[in-house]
Amino acid sequence: MSRQPYTAARYRQLVADVTPSSRMLRGYVRAFWVGGAICTLGQFISLWAEKLNLGEITNPMFTTSVLIFLGTTLTGLGVYDRIGKYAGAGSAIPVTGFANSVAAPAIEFQREGAVTGVGARLFTLAGPVLAYGIASSVLVGVIYWIVRGWLL
Amino acid sequence: MSRMGRQTFIYDNPPVIAAHRSVAGRKEGEGPLADWFDAILEDDLLGQKSWELAESEMVRRTARDTLDAAGLSAGSVDALLGGDLNNQIIATSFAAKKLGMPFIGLYGACSTFVEALALGAALISAGNLDSALCCASSHFCTAERQFRFPLELGTQRPPQASWTATACGCALLRSGGEGIRITSGTLGRVIDLNISDANHMGAAMAPAVFDTLAAHMEDTRRTADDYDLIVTGDLGWIGRDLLMELCHGAGLTMPEDKLVDCGASLYYREQDAHAGGSGCGCVASVSCAWIMKRIENGELNRVLLSGSGAMLSPTSSQQGQTIPGIAYAVALERG
Amino acid sequence: MPFIRAFVVGGLICCVGQALIMNTKLTNARILVIFVVSGVLLTAVGLYKPLVDFAGAGATVPLTGFGYSLAMGAIEGVNRYGLIGAFVGGVTRTAAGITAAVVFGLINALLFKPHMKT
Repeated sequence: MSRQPYTAARYRQLVADVTPSSRMLRGYVRAFWVGGAICTLGQFISLWAEKLNLGEITNPMFTTSVLIFLGTTLTGLGVYDRIGKYAGAGSAIPVTGFANSVAAPAIEFQREGAVTGVGARLFTLAGPVLAYGIASSVLVGVIYWIVRGWLL
Repeated sequence: MSRMGRQTFIYDNPPVIAAHRSVAGRKEGEGPLADWFDAILEDDLLGQKSWELAESEMVRRTARDTLDAAGLSAGSVDALLGGDLNNQIIATSFAAKKLGMPFIGLYGACSTFVEALALGAALISAGNLDSALCCASSHFCTAERQFRFPLELGTQRPPQASWTATACGCALLRSGGEGIRITSGTLGRVIDLNISDANHMGAAMAPAVFDTLAAHMEDTRRTADDYDLIVTGDLGWIGRDLLMELCHGAGLTMPEDKLVDCGASLYYREQDAHAGGSGCGCVASVSCAWIMKRIENGELNRVLLSGSGAMLSPTSSQQGQTIPGIAYAVALERG
Repeated sequence: MPFIRAFVVGGLICCVGQALIMNTKLTNARILVIFVVSGVLLTAVGLYKPLVDFAGAGATVPLTGFGYSLAMGAIEGVNRYGLIGAFVGGVTRTAAGITAAVVFGLINALLFKPHMKT
């Protein structure tokens, strides 16, 4: 028995026609300026790191750590989710967004305890990023090792 | 008790809604229906330790207020029927623990309240129960962390996303006395037209609502003309448009001004709820506040109230399954 | 002017992410994974380093920059320690960031309560 006037394929088309799309231009403008501003802040921090006589390797580490501190703290203060709502990828893609993805579940799952809540949930979003980032870098390293062997 | 057609109960001894209460959260309390709610929460945590306990406390308070309004104690009501969106419906069962009433836990996602009314009315009409308390609740914070993201995560919602209402509605059904009568109830079938976007509940549920409304009309040989208002649960603005299209495509008469959606009525557009309100508490609170009060004050005589649910879980979503929907409907008539 | 270069390049990289959010059904976690892995791969084929030299923080602050650090670290590790260096280098170079995220994340969980969204 079927009284549905639409097949799944036709219904999908109807849904696509009726559903409004995101406001594209506005989305890009917001992502651009917020993302750009966070990167510019990073540039300032690395300038500051130069004044502290940090080296070529430690300077980016310092910059990243400061940005992560800002990202987690703004998450705790309940500010970062509002920035994210406004800026979308503009605040999700910079490393402060990575910090937000670590701090947000850690705060949210406090009530499930220190180990099974905070400890385990800390990596619900960041875990895949680390897993595939690290695994692909190892792959790159191994390929580099093989190719280098051939070349030498 | 008799049945008409394949899916519809006709209640031979129509139970009455002896009392009803609605509670809404802060955001809902700033919406267009603010004046209709019986209570608006000042603190969405209700002084509890967790959002889940807060939702449970909201259910307990609403149930308690409903009993008080009817002048009854928990011990003198035969059963509590209800549910919520939490895993294993903990908000309602923890409230049931405190109320100490015989409990029928239901899960129909956002359709739960209407499911409870249809089932409670059947049990009373058949003489198994003399009275039944029907309730359903949802809380933005419990739903968000279970189905979507931690609250602190900075994400953007697409325009089709709905906002889970922090709200609870509770209605006390009795076998006799004064009040709105529940005259018929239509069960739903689980319908899936292959919508997989978990943000687009309205699109996933509209075909199920259409199916149940069409079944109700077919079974009872009624049309939209027989009702002053046809109320849907939480399709939202987009889902309501889709339902109109489905009715139109099937040749089912559905006057534009008779179809009202609770989710599309709960918030102002400026309140950033995107597609509108959703959650078990949406249809429960809006029907207990806005719809039932308008029947009681004589503005409406006969209303078809439907509630719809998206039967997905985080597991089914992650495994790539599409979203099945279900809808129930009950006919409410002025006593 | 390094600040303008960082602003423009960083902003444009975020716009790529915004395009994925608005035009696809990809979840946030998937988009972040795509960015990190893209950073690793672009670095491996030699395309990302010039961007870092040009834009500084504009290229290192987005998550593709995290991928850049992982890949550069793995390559340096191989230069230094041979094959085992592929397992050492990436995490060594990104250790400060990962550790900062864990430690500050934990401190946050101690200091702050979940907020209601309005």
